[in-house]
Order: sequence, then structure tokens, then C-alpha cells
Amino acid sequence: MAVPQVHPRVTAPARRRRRSYAGWAFVAPFLGVFALVFLAPIGYSIYLSLYRQRLIGGTSFVGVENYQRALEDPQFWSALGRVSLFLAVQVPVMLFIALLVALAIDSGRLYGMKFFRVGIFLPYAVPAVVATLMWGFLYGSQFGLVGGINERLGLSLPSPLSPDLVLAAIGNIVTWEFVGYNMVIFYSALRVVPASRYEAAEIDGAGQLRIIRAIKIPAIRGALVIATIFSIIGSFQLFNEPVILQDLAPNAITTYFTPNLYAYSLSFAGQQFNYSATVAVLMGLITMVVAYLVQLRGMGRED
Amino acid sequence: MSVAVRPVEAPTNTTPVRRRSVRRPRRSPTLTLLTGIVLAYSLFPLAWLVINATKSRDGLFASFGLAFADDFALWDNIVETFTYADGIFLRWLVNTVLYVLVGAVGATFLATLAGYGLAKFDFPGKRAVFAVVIGAVAVPGTALAVPTFLMFSQMGLTNTPWSVIIPSLITPFGLYLMWTFAAEAIPDELLEAARVDGAGEFRTFFRVCLPLLAPGIVTVLLFTMVATWNNFFLPLIMLRDAQWYPLTLGLYTWNKQASTAGGEAVFHLVITGSLLTILPLLAAFLLLQRYWQSGLAAGSVKQ
Repeated sequence: MAVPQVHPRVTAPARRRRRSYAGWAFVAPFLGVFALVFLAPIGYSIYLSLYRQRLIGGTSFVGVENYQRALEDPQFWSALGRVSLFLAVQVPVMLFIALLVALAIDSGRLYGMKFFRVGIFLPYAVPAVVATLMWGFLYGSQFGLVGGINERLGLSLPSPLSPDLVLAAIGNIVTWEFVGYNMVIFYSALRVVPASRYEAAEIDGAGQLRIIRAIKIPAIRGALVIATIFSIIGSFQLFNEPVILQDLAPNAITTYFTPNLYAYSLSFAGQQFNYSATVAVLMGLITMVVAYLVQLRGMGRED
Repeated sequence: MSVAVRPVEAPTNTTPVRRRSVRRPRRSPTLTLLTGIVLAYSLFPLAWLVINATKSRDGLFASFGLAFADDFALWDNIVETFTYADGIFLRWLVNTVLYVLVGAVGATFLATLAGYGLAKFDFPGKRAVFAVVIGAVAVPGTALAVPTFLMFSQMGLTNTPWSVIIPSLITPFGLYLMWTFAAEAIPDELLEAARVDGAGEFRTFFRVCLPLLAPGIVTVLLFTMVATWNNFFLPLIMLRDAQWYPLTLGLYTWNKQASTAGGEAVFHLVITGSLLTILPLLAAFLLLQRYWQSGLAAGSVKQ
């Protein structure tokens, strides 16, 4: 959870309990593994980012030089710009559709509500690899749908895998994967809005749109903020979809398509571990700052 | 659904305030149709996958994407998927099950212990534990992958099952879920009574508390199973030997084969293999609906 919001109820009763070390016995196993797979790699990457390996002279401390290099690196900026654009377009579109569907299901006006809820959620259970392969084939000109439609109807639809469109094509895959997940989060939040809050408004003759705007949306703001933060983290981390599409669209997806892909290529193709760690640390910082700002803005105007 | 979310979704059936007591809204064909568009969008790639898994290698290229080919080759494809390259697909399936069982069960166990410890004990350093876990979670997971790889390779863990299993043992989301769940599902009085009777802390946990936590445990288990079943990035960087691949990575390499020099294009096997990969998860989600729906509800706790 990126959102440090704990129930007041969770911590309140603790006052009555005596302080003892007994709790550590329960928390220690988790913390032990956590230290190994979270804290140690974070520390290690910060350490790596401060050094540089040279062909002659071995590894030496270079301070913030790697960071300076990253800030002047057009490939890093290009990758960051691409995921920022992705974030600015894909996340609002996906969350808006998810919210509309959640409101529609919650309104109780649909035939076969349960079918909608389950059907739209199902893509979440599909691994990113399979989702990307499926859509990649659909996009393709060989036995894909785009190729098939062009052939049969004599059209010349542009290939979604061309350099100009591939980011939108990835946006569609990610939207497909997560629209249902976000829908269920919103729907669950809507379910716990007490009916008394808007029954009065209904009796007073308020229209549904007004009830949605004035009552329902403010009531689920917490869920909206959480979903936004998760989506931001997801966008900045974008990796699986582009790396898998790379085989189907080798010309459209560069080795620095997203920051993560760049860090991956630097390490595994370029052996530039120190610089790769620098890019990873920078992205971690940027993600944390953006997520924190969204949370401040989202939760701050509570009254 | 009420079973799993009792603490979070209490209003659902414990309070007399019930939603929409005024009147049942009329069902709307228009709204159903509009939401149906999103449902169709969610299901059509899956339909494409099912249809194309029935086509032979040649039928794939000769027929339109959303129509069946003349030959029905589903069974042949399944047999070929399992026998191709000395039956490596079966090996990948076994690996995936191993990673899911050890990883997801281990992760759920650690999260349950720690969540219980945080919810029910007051101990020195508890605030620090909370701050560290929440802070680290905001760091993008994939940003940790490269340093984790470098660390693991120094420890001699890469290219072993452990390199995939150990990082999946930590689920901060699961910890958060179990924490909120344990805080409300287990009354403090019960623990006091057990202590007065002289039962040890672990005995109390396993005998008294574990049954009360069962619904939360199933939810966390389901979500960690999906996460490990769908895991791609971690195995991609950790594993070199195809004998240890999970299904996702295996399918990726089969697809890649077509674009490698001298590689044989086996798209029909990629498609059939994809279908076989998602079937267990789709089945699990359909059978355990009430758990994931309530699990997400718990994740979107109202403030």
C-alpha cells in the first residue's frame, strides 16, 4: 500500500495493552525477508549509484556524477517523457471508464449486474505476458484482426505497432488489463456509502447526475486517490508490455522506451550496472514524490 | 461476501440501514447496452484466444481472426503444446505450481503473522516498522529488480528457484490487509483470557486466532497466488536455464523464437499455451468470487 492511512481504530486500543517484546516474535520473520528483498536492494542500488566502474583503474567513488549524467541524458528524458505522456492520457481514461462502469453497476439499473461485474474484472486474472501477446497478435498484420480487416474490407488501417501508434497500443493493453480491477475498487467503495445519505436527496427530487456529483463521488474519494496512486506507480514502472511487444514491433520500441526498460537494457545488454542503478534510484524518487503529491492533494481538502 | 469483509464492510448486513430502501430503481436497457460495450471490450480478446486456439498453424494464417477455420485442431494443438521440445511446457507448468505454492503460501503466512503482531501487540519500535514498510512500498518494485539480481548473483542464488521464490515471499498489500483484518476480527478480551489461562502467545495464535483470521487469509492467498502465477519480470532477469522457467517466461521465449534467426515460428503453440495458462486462474476467480470481491473492498477501506 502506497497510502499510509491506517484506521484510527487499528491503533487506538493499543493504549490498553502492556508494552512488551512479544509482538516482535510475530513481526520478525516478515521483517527479516523484507530486509533482504526490499531494504538491502534499495541500499545496494544507492551505493552502486555513487560509484563508477572504469576499464582501467577498477571501481571508484564518483559522488553524484552518475546523477548529473542522468539529468543530461536525452535517452533518460525521452523515456521519462514517454511514461509521463502515458500517465497523463491512459490513467485518466482508464479510471474514468472504471468509474462510469462502477456507477452503472451500483445504480442497480443494469440487467445481469453480476455478469457485468465478473466479466469486466476477468482480464485482471490474465498475466501481462498473455494479455500483451493476445493484443499483439490482434494488432498484427499477419493473422491479426487489423490485418484481417484490411484484407477483407480493402481498407488500409495503420498498424497499431508502428512507431507513432505503439504507445497508444500499449495504453489500450494496460487499460484492458486494469479497468476491471479499478472498477471493483470503486464499486466496493460505493457499496459502503450509506443509503441514507442520498435517499433524502432523491426524495427532494435531485437527479441521478447530481447525486453522483454531489454525494457519491465525494464519498469514495479515498478509493479514487488510492487507485490513482497505484496507476501512477504502475505507469512509471511500465516494462512488461513494451518488452514483450518488442519482438512484434522491433522498430517501434527502443531500448530506452520506458525508464525501466532503459535500466534493464543498461544492466543486461550494456553491463553498466552503476548507471542502471542510478536510473532506478531516480525513478524511485520521482515516483515517490508524485505519489506523495497526489495523496496530499487528494486527501488534503477533506473538509 | 459478508464472511470475508465483516470488519470493513460492516454496514452490509449488521446495521439496519440498508441501501435503497425507498424503491427499487427501474432497470435500464440503454445503460445495460452502454455498459455492455465495456463488457464486450473486456471479453473479446479472450474470445479471440479461444477461437484461435482451435486453428492449426496454417489455419491461423488462412482464416479471419474472429472466425473458426475449416479444421478444428484444438486437441492436436494441446497435444503438441505438451510434447513440443521434449514436453518442456509441462515442466514450466510444474515450476509455476511450485513457485505459486511455496511463494504464495509463504507470503500469506508471513503477512498473517506480522499483521497479527502489528494489530494485537504494542511493542517498542512498532511505529518505525510501520514507517519503514510503508515508505519502502512506495519504491517501484521493478526498480529493485536490477540491484536484487546483482545481490542474488553474488549470493549464488540466481538461476535457482529460490531467486524467484524469495522475493515473492513479501506482500506489503497482504500485510496491510491482514493488519486491518486482525485488528477487528480478534477481540482483545479473547487474548487477555487466553493469557490469564496461561497459554503461550504462539499457542494462542495458532489455536484461537488462526480460525478467526481464515477469511482474510483466503483473500490474501488468492491475490498472492495471482501475483506469483503472473510473475514475469523477476524470472526474466533471474533465470537463464529454461528448465526453471515459469509458464509466462516460457510463452515469451516461444513467441520470441519467431524473430530469432533460425528459430521456428510456433504461434499456434503460443496461443494454445496462453489459453492453458489462463484457464486455472479464470477458474479460480470464478469459483472464489466472494473472496476477491471482498478482498478488494478491504483494500479500498473508506477513510
